[in-house]
Amino acid sequence: MDITDFYDTFFEEADELLAEMETHLLDLDVDQPDQERLNAIFRAAHSIKGGAGTFGFEALQRTTHLLENLLDYARRGELQLRRDIVDTFLEAKDMLNDQLDAYRQGGEPDPEALERICETLRRLALEEIGHHAEADAPAPTPASKPAAEPEPAAAVGGGRYQVALLGVADKDRALLIEELGQLGEVESHEGDVEQYRVVMKTSLSVDDIEAVMCFIVEPEQLSIQALDTPAEPVAEAAAPQAGKAEQTEQAAQAEKAETADKPADAKPAAPAKAAGKSASKAPAGGESTSIRVPVAKVDQIINLVGELIITQSMLNQVAEDSDTGKDTGLVTGLNLLQRTARDLQEAVMSVRMVPMDYVFSRFPRLVRDLASKLGKEVELVTEGKSTELDKGLTERIIDPLTHLVRNSLDHGIETPDRREAAGKPRTGRLLLSAQHQGGNILIEVIDDGAGLNREKLLAKARSSGLSVSDSMSDDEVWQLIFAPGFSTAEEVSDVSGRGVGMDVVKRNIQSMGGHVEILSKPGQGTTTRIVLPLTLAILDGMSIRVGGETFILPVSAVIESLQPSADDLYTLAGGDTLLKVREDYLPVVAVHHALDVAEAITDPTRAIAVIVQGEGRRYAVLVDNLIGQQQVVVKNLETNYRKVPGVSAATILGDGSVALILDVSDLHRLAQSKKDNRIFGNVSHLVEEIEPS
Amino acid sequence: MSNATALQHSIAAETGSQEFLVFSLGEEEYAIDILKVQEIRGYENVTRIANAPDFIKGVANLRGVIVPIVDLRIKFRLAEANYDEQTVVIVVNIADRVVGIVVDRVSDVMTLTSEQRKPAPEFGLSLPLDYIHGLGNLDDRMLVLVDIEKLLTSEEMALVEEAGE
Repeated sequence: MDITDFYDTFFEEADELLAEMETHLLDLDVDQPDQERLNAIFRAAHSIKGGAGTFGFEALQRTTHLLENLLDYARRGELQLRRDIVDTFLEAKDMLNDQLDAYRQGGEPDPEALERICETLRRLALEEIGHHAEADAPAPTPASKPAAEPEPAAAVGGGRYQVALLGVADKDRALLIEELGQLGEVESHEGDVEQYRVVMKTSLSVDDIEAVMCFIVEPEQLSIQALDTPAEPVAEAAAPQAGKAEQTEQAAQAEKAETADKPADAKPAAPAKAAGKSASKAPAGGESTSIRVPVAKVDQIINLVGELIITQSMLNQVAEDSDTGKDTGLVTGLNLLQRTARDLQEAVMSVRMVPMDYVFSRFPRLVRDLASKLGKEVELVTEGKSTELDKGLTERIIDPLTHLVRNSLDHGIETPDRREAAGKPRTGRLLLSAQHQGGNILIEVIDDGAGLNREKLLAKARSSGLSVSDSMSDDEVWQLIFAPGFSTAEEVSDVSGRGVGMDVVKRNIQSMGGHVEILSKPGQGTTTRIVLPLTLAILDGMSIRVGGETFILPVSAVIESLQPSADDLYTLAGGDTLLKVREDYLPVVAVHHALDVAEAITDPTRAIAVIVQGEGRRYAVLVDNLIGQQQVVVKNLETNYRKVPGVSAATILGDGSVALILDVSDLHRLAQSKKDNRIFGNVSHLVEEIEPS
Repeated sequence: MSNATALQHSIAAETGSQEFLVFSLGEEEYAIDILKVQEIRGYENVTRIANAPDFIKGVANLRGVIVPIVDLRIKFRLAEANYDEQTVVIVVNIADRVVGIVVDRVSDVMTLTSEQRKPAPEFGLSLPLDYIHGLGNLDDRMLVLVDIEKLLTSEEMALVEEAGE
């Protein structure tokens, strides 16, 4: 066991702490800072410093140390916060991110950058407080309530401590002792797994020791007592809280240790520590109620549950087909199994779901920085932060969303002066919203800027050689910006306007099984609307039969199904067929034609027409039969094969065979290109597309 | 890789001998590196893929994983493609992918020393030379040693999407 084994844990924790720090910094009201917030920011810096010290990340430790001191002044009201000070803090936080990344890559952070940030922080301390930050470092303490904040001189100067390890395995223990040895001088250590006592001398405070240890063991496994230090002020603070159940237990354990071989005067320190710890933990959001699990493990469980469900439907089929299916005991059992399996699947799927806050939380900073860079005033509003989405999708939506937000700020929202001239408030408004809509999530980026310019778009499209006409509808014109290499920015900025972008945004979103559209009103703003499936792992499917083959249609795309009558079918000259459904004439796509299925029903009046909607287009899909609806586990075809036209993925049916899941938007395109080939006699074209030579 | 196979492999490397899985396509006998083989299973429950080349028979479910099934007999016109109880699918692991290839019969596993391996003639074989390691000489039998990885990842097999598409 090597200390580097804990690096990853530290990096992950530090990342989270930094993200938390940023959120708090951004939300901080500089005139009336919230004490809790200041404490939270301070705690984050403090914890990172502790870890950095343990692992010997010096640059990180130095930077956090300086930052922590300043934060400590801030939370004690000795440093009057201003916007530019918060900016400096944010800058320092970014620097910490960079340093972390450098360490993560196994390297050392840029020394110049380190000096620069340290100098900035030092100067800030000097100017604002009049002390030299490093020389006058106050003792960092983790207490969240200033009232309960112990400020004993002993904590600064350190002293002798008894560190009790409760229930720590042998292998970790050796490491911990080695670790403690680096923090100070270990005088003696003895005990067993249940309780192992280390007496040490160090110049660090209890918090520092604890911060270091907590990267290796849980806080509950640790009890640190100061030996021969005056304990009165600490005891006072702890007294009212010592009654809490979990702490009493810890206190009792500590007491047991003391009665064994320690002087009684150190007694109150342990409960004080426990109280301080649990008080500071509460606002951090219940660490002990969640665990960190690699996504791969969750995915494996999801896969296995998928298999379980396949097996379960297989059993159902067997029971239905055989005489034993009439056995009520068996039927009841199978029904129960089915229900439990579904619940299990839902429960497992929910593990992968994370709130959109995960995505939205990175935008306040981006908007703030970008707005000041562009000289614009922008207010960011987010709605639906708690809307949940599959983890895999949240990660993939960040880039496209970032691009859209940048675009809105750069091209959409005007400068304050121009806004004022247009009779709009100087501050622009950018709304990010997320909401569930059926089996989908709808994410919108709405700005109240200038909107898209129809003439400019058309002119630009013409000059880029796209075929456009003045008679195009607004909606069609807006979609032009998704064309590759299209940018209307008058000059290239480092924010956006390189002409790569919107087409990539569209492609990314389509690859996630979603689609994107743009609505815009000149002078009123632009809305970009992204619709994504909630998860890519399961799908509500409608099984259909064509010839001898079974396919799955996503239920979300199906509107209705009907048996067409001859009167409602209209054959056009080009070979197209239209189906009249109430007042609409819908194009008809026969699955057997698009996918070359043999022995299918070719007479539309004997087939079933399923009305589907894909990419905003409605049409009728001709199939032989509807079998039923079921949830299917989506299996990627591209893992071992490649993209298949008209098909989005595959699934495994109850009998263990594979069924293809039809891609409603692609199926239409496929049918179209097949028809074109037939008309122009260019049959080889499609084959070439699939079989490149 | 288990210790046993690792050991075998190192022995093989030292002596220049290598183990091959031998199978037949029509009249000819072919062999592929056994380390590429994941398993052998029957030909059943293959779902057709529309608009795919004819030698791609479709996809099958291999314990939850969707695997494409390729019939080399059709691709290289090696033999008549019959599917019966004897038809087997060799599941191979190549370039992080799992692919099934249909063969008429799997005969055995053989160790070929470097002396038994000969370079392939420039022409006269049913498979393009690019995909052949060489010929194996075993008593009176001739084995065509196929570079299965190169073959299945080649563009003409259309199994792998080209980059940048």
